[in-house]
Order: sequence, then C-alpha cells, then structure tokens
Amino acid sequence: MIRVSIPSQLIAYTNGATRVEAEGATVGQALDDLDRRYPGLKFRVIDEQDRIRRHMRIFVGQDEARTTAAPVPSGGELLIFGALSGG
Amino acid sequence: MTEAIQLLVGTRKGAWIYRSDAAREAWQVEGPMFLGQIVNHFVRDPRDGRTLLMAASTGHLGPTILRSTDGGATWSEASRPPAFPKGDPHGRSVDHSFWLEPGHTEEPGVWWAGVSPPGLFRSADGGDTWESVEGLNSHPQVMDWFPPQGGTPDGAILNQVIVDPRDARHMYLATCSAGVLETTDQGATWRPLNRNVRCDFLPDPYPEFGQDSHFVALAPTDPDRLWQQNHCGVYRLDRPGERWERIGEAMPKEIGDIGFTIVPHARDRDTAWIWPMDGTEVWPRTSPGGRPAAYRTRDGGASWERQDRGFPTEQGWFTVKRQAFCADAADPMGLYIGTTGGEIWMSGDEGESWRQIAAHLPEIYSISAVPAG
Repeated sequence: MIRVSIPSQLIAYTNGATRVEAEGATVGQALDDLDRRYPGLKFRVIDEQDRIRRHMRIFVGQDEARTTAAPVPSGGELLIFGALSGG
Repeated sequence: MTEAIQLLVGTRKGAWIYRSDAAREAWQVEGPMFLGQIVNHFVRDPRDGRTLLMAASTGHLGPTILRSTDGGATWSEASRPPAFPKGDPHGRSVDHSFWLEPGHTEEPGVWWAGVSPPGLFRSADGGDTWESVEGLNSHPQVMDWFPPQGGTPDGAILNQVIVDPRDARHMYLATCSAGVLETTDQGATWRPLNRNVRCDFLPDPYPEFGQDSHFVALAPTDPDRLWQQNHCGVYRLDRPGERWERIGEAMPKEIGDIGFTIVPHARDRDTAWIWPMDGTEVWPRTSPGGRPAAYRTRDGGASWERQDRGFPTEQGWFTVKRQAFCADAADPMGLYIGTTGGEIWMSGDEGESWRQIAAHLPEIYSISAVPAG
C-alpha cells in the first residue's frame, strides 16, 4: 500500500480527503488505482500520452517523478502537487 | 414578442447564469459555478432544453467536460472526456476543449467538440463519453492543416463546429490555421473551403488553406448563406458557390473589418452584426479609437451602419472574443456582448441602443443566449 498526498485541486475527486491510499509499483500503476477509486482523477494529472501534465508535479518521497514509469516502493509515499499556475 | 432569456456565461475563472424577466429588463445572477475553472464554452442543448455542457480546465489540471442534465441543478464530469488515442503518432494530447456543438436535431445525444491542439471529437451519449473523429484527426494532411507553430496566443484551436440543420452529414469547421473545412459525410472526409479568403501572414495571400477563420455562422433562415469573420476581414459565401466575397471592404476604412465574431439575424438572411477591433500594427484587438460599436449590415454586406448608442464615447477599450457575441431569437432580437474586462452589454432593439447589464466578472470567453424555458 502507498500513502498518497492529494492537492487541493483534486480533493473534489476524493470527497475532500487530502490523504488517501493506493496500490501499485509505479507512479502510473498507483494513478490507475487511484482512478479506479476516484474516477476521473488520473486524466486531470496525466495526459492521454501518459505524460505528467505541465503544471502538475509528482514526488515519490523526496524524489520528483518525471514519468509515470517511476517506481514506487511498497509502503512508500506519493505526493501530488499543483505547480505554480495562478493569475 | 420578447421572452425571458438565460445567458450562459463562461469565463476564465468560472461560469455564471444571468436570467432575465420577460421584458429582458431585469437580470438576476446565479453563480459563480466552478469558480476558478477555465470555461471556454458553456452551452445548452436546444433539443431537450435541459442538458448543459461546459468545456472546462484549470491552470493545473487537464481538460474535462462538465455536464448537467437537469438545467444546471446538478453537475457531473464526463466519464471519458475528449482525448487523442494513446500512442498518437503526432504525440498530441488535448490541452483544452474550446467549442461544444449540439448535433443535428435528428441525432439526439450527439455532440461535437473542437479542441486545442486542433482536433474533433464526437459524443453519442449527451457528452458523457467522447471519441476521436479519425477522419479529421488522422487525416493525411492534418499536420499541414494544423502545424504545431500555428495558432492563437492560447494555442492552436479547432474553434468551431457547424452542423447543417438540413443534413446531419454536412458540417463545417472553423479553424485557426486551415480556415474553413467542409465534410459531406459527417467527418469521414474533409476539404478546405477558403477560395478568395485572404491570408496576409503567409507568402501566398490566397492559399488553399492556412487562413485563420475566427467565426462562421449560417443564416438561420438560409443555411446556404455563410457569414465569416476572418483574421483578415469579413466575408460572405452563398452555396453552392465556392468563392467567398470580402464584404468587409464596405466598412469604413478607419474602422476596418477585423474582429473575432459575427452574428446573423434570426429571421433576415441579409442582416448580420460584427464587432470590429483594431487590427493595425501590433493587433491591439480593442475597439478602434477606444469607442466601442457594433456594425450592422441589412443588405448582405454591401453597406454597414454603426451602432454605438449607450456605449462609452471615449476610453472604451473593449475586446470581444470569438464566442462572446450572441443573439437571442426574440422579436426584436436581443444582442449580447461579453468583454475581456468582465462586462456584459445588451441591446434589446437589434443594436439601436446598448446598456451594461453586468460588470466585474472575470475575462469573458463565451456567452450563449437561450430561452429561459
């Protein structure tokens, strides 16, 4: 099981939860599992070519994931952030 | 006679609904809805009068379609928003949906979406799930029609889908880099329809394609009459003709015929309105001279008359985008503009006089006027 931190931009999908859980050995698998639990969430973060969207940032622990293939250790933490994009 | 109207307003920061009384004098506001969402288009299905669709995204999140099937009381998100096929050879992903078009009256539940980067999508279930229209999106010339470097400051767009009310198989697209495209087989095949439309930003000023077609409208009482506000002027085409006529040549030279949108009359095929904007030098795209005005033709574009009563007479620097000028179908027609400065102005007498009915909204992207129902 992975612990996942949800940013404010996505809590509409998680019924307001900022901390949820998911399963998967990679960022992509974890997001697939999140999408099963919270339909629609993944496409707001990952585009149809499996690229992380321009203004989203994903970290595995302290390390930023650049692709959805980035591994996530069992018991690890996935942190999703909305990057700077105001105005 | 007039009737109560709803204005569906999409802005860069959410959506609002304005509801009028039967005289269109008093307006009540509802909103914001989805505050912070970038709403490029907000439309109601004329076939059932209660399905509402919004093309939405945010600064962070990917694009989606928001849907209501009860007139806006409750909303849900499309379960499969427009998306290019995975493994698309051109690497495309939808940045945002720009235009939502209800399908033909004989095809309830069908919707069309134009997106950025330019692409066409179809829904057969009221906007819940969307499929790529491969006849366009995988057309052999798609990268010629929609080169990655083409497009507006917000990206290249397929900015409009138009369905012939007499024939569901006959459709037009307005695009920012291929001009007008036409299909007669509901999207399986396409061809450019741009003869005599100027393109003063390319080496060949009259190419087969490459034009920036800002807005195309069919005359409601004569769908063979097409009005076009192009990046390079105002045009009219009467089908089955193929050659557009630059009717904007009859505009006053100090005003010009540059703008984003054109609105045809609901009942008179010879009448239409444009909203000119400054196209000189660095393309300010504001009201020429700081004096906002609509211009109306009542003779098919042979002549134009200025309609500015009620607008600021100086220091009025309005910008009105593609989907932000519309009309209702009442008699007399109501006309509505939304500005990038967050103001809504209306005319209840077909442009003879104007008044402000809303201010202080975010940048307005779209306005749609529908009967209150």
